[in-house]
Amino acid sequence: MEDTLLIDAAERFARGEMSAEEKKYFEELRKNNPELDQTVVEYLFFLNEVEEYGKTRKIRHIFQETENKLAGEGVIAKSPLHGKSKVVFLWKKYKRTIAVAASIAGIISIISTVIMSSISTQKDNKISLLVSKINKQGQQILDIDRKTDQIAAKQDHNHIAATPPRIDARFRATGFMIDANNNYIVTNAHVVKEALHKLIVENSKGEQYVAEAIYVDPGSDLAILKVKDETFNKLPPLPYNIRKSNPELGEQVFMLGFPKQEIVYGEGYVSAKNGYQLDTIYCQLSTSVNEGSSGSPVINKNGELLGIITSMENNADGVVFATKSSNIYKAIENVKKMKDYDDIRINSQPSLRGVDRITQIKRVRDYVFMVKGN
Amino acid sequence: MSTAHQEKHLLEGLAGEDRNVVEQIYRENYPMIQSMIINNNGTVDDAADIFQESMIVLFEKAKTRDFELNCLIKTYLYSVARRLWLKRLQQMKRFGITSEATMETIAVDDDLEMHEKKQQDFNLMDAAMAKIGEPCKSLLEAYYIQKKPMQEIARDFGYTNADNAKTQKYKCLVRLKKLFFAQYKHTE
Repeated sequence: MEDTLLIDAAERFARGEMSAEEKKYFEELRKNNPELDQTVVEYLFFLNEVEEYGKTRKIRHIFQETENKLAGEGVIAKSPLHGKSKVVFLWKKYKRTIAVAASIAGIISIISTVIMSSISTQKDNKISLLVSKINKQGQQILDIDRKTDQIAAKQDHNHIAATPPRIDARFRATGFMIDANNNYIVTNAHVVKEALHKLIVENSKGEQYVAEAIYVDPGSDLAILKVKDETFNKLPPLPYNIRKSNPELGEQVFMLGFPKQEIVYGEGYVSAKNGYQLDTIYCQLSTSVNEGSSGSPVINKNGELLGIITSMENNADGVVFATKSSNIYKAIENVKKMKDYDDIRINSQPSLRGVDRITQIKRVRDYVFMVKGN
Repeated sequence: MSTAHQEKHLLEGLAGEDRNVVEQIYRENYPMIQSMIINNNGTVDDAADIFQESMIVLFEKAKTRDFELNCLIKTYLYSVARRLWLKRLQQMKRFGITSEATMETIAVDDDLEMHEKKQQDFNLMDAAMAKIGEPCKSLLEAYYIQKKPMQEIARDFGYTNADNAKTQKYKCLVRLKKLFFAQYKHTE
């Protein structure tokens, strides 16, 4: 029997709409065919769930209408609505009914667009991505950067000025080298998404190089950049190795990133094996991060790279999410299949084990880059 | 005995989705629950959320066959709302309800456990519905939520006759079932 015929029969059976004869035939069929009977049982259970779902939605709709009516009469207090945006206003007012309202034929498509965008912003509000957006003040910040460079250059001969900048950056985040031989850098997909025109990487000396995002995977929030500039000086093989297995609970880690115009060191530990809402792509760290930290490498005391800082939870202190390093391998496998970039290889000569933290930082520092763009 | 009679009437009305009854229950109980929540670190919006959820619990209870409420609706709603709010406070890591219950409460743990299970199923179905796409979503909503007759649905959705609409509805239902069970078995 076809699925639709069977579900029709199950529904009529559940509602007592079958004639006595049909019912008898149906019951006999189930008795003689255990497999079919199993399917019918499943359908009956499912149909009951659908009925219950429908009833709950309907009564919630009634509750909401009652609530709105009484709020209008002043019987129920409501918080004043903030914001002048009409959509925000509507969203707040109809937060709970909006799903039901969507079912009204005719306005379905319009409302559901509103719902979808609202829901996605709702969700996004709980975690923030850690890209530092420079927006309108971009020019001012660049000016400050330049002045800092000039002052620093006077005092420190090792400091190479960032001027002239290749671009007026609109955002800043972090990335790190995974293939020092062919100059591939990893950062977050949401960082690359910010770049509408140009993407550059900048080392801790302020030297800027044009890069291209050759691979972007929003699923694992990873992107791989290739440095295109001929002037880029090749680095020796990576001092860290990239771990294939999952991070262990309680592992002490450190991070290097660019929440500001200079490199910043941070410490923390692995506080959970999975990310926001148990997302297995990510792990959870206990540390503090800021905008601009997205894409920072997370490294343990033995010099194994465990993850990439991605986002933080807004409602909790020090809850940070990092994409697990195993996803880098998956990304590399995909890049290898691309015609022009099949040369990508992780080449590392681990040199961090057993040395003190200051030495570790010195060795890693040159492999961490600012990712900027406009 | 008139109170008991009235209460029974209200519960039957609620189970029958009677708007006037819903409004009456809201009017008679909302202010009390709202002040309980506001006096315990909550906002007016929290109060609206908690009251609505408490109403769902009462609705689920009222719908069950041979159901008897062995206390007043007021006591029941207050007990449920108090438990729900305590739980919410715990989740938010705010500190618990400080003031003592201002009125009599009854044990509602079993009902809340049942409600939680139902809420979980509801969320799964909601997620499946969100994934199924159009026209399936509207078609199923028209039939199972708005309870429109098949002829009307056929007309609204531009099917030539009720039978065609029905076949389409069953196709949609089979798809919804797949989506639902994919998640359902996952969470079990």
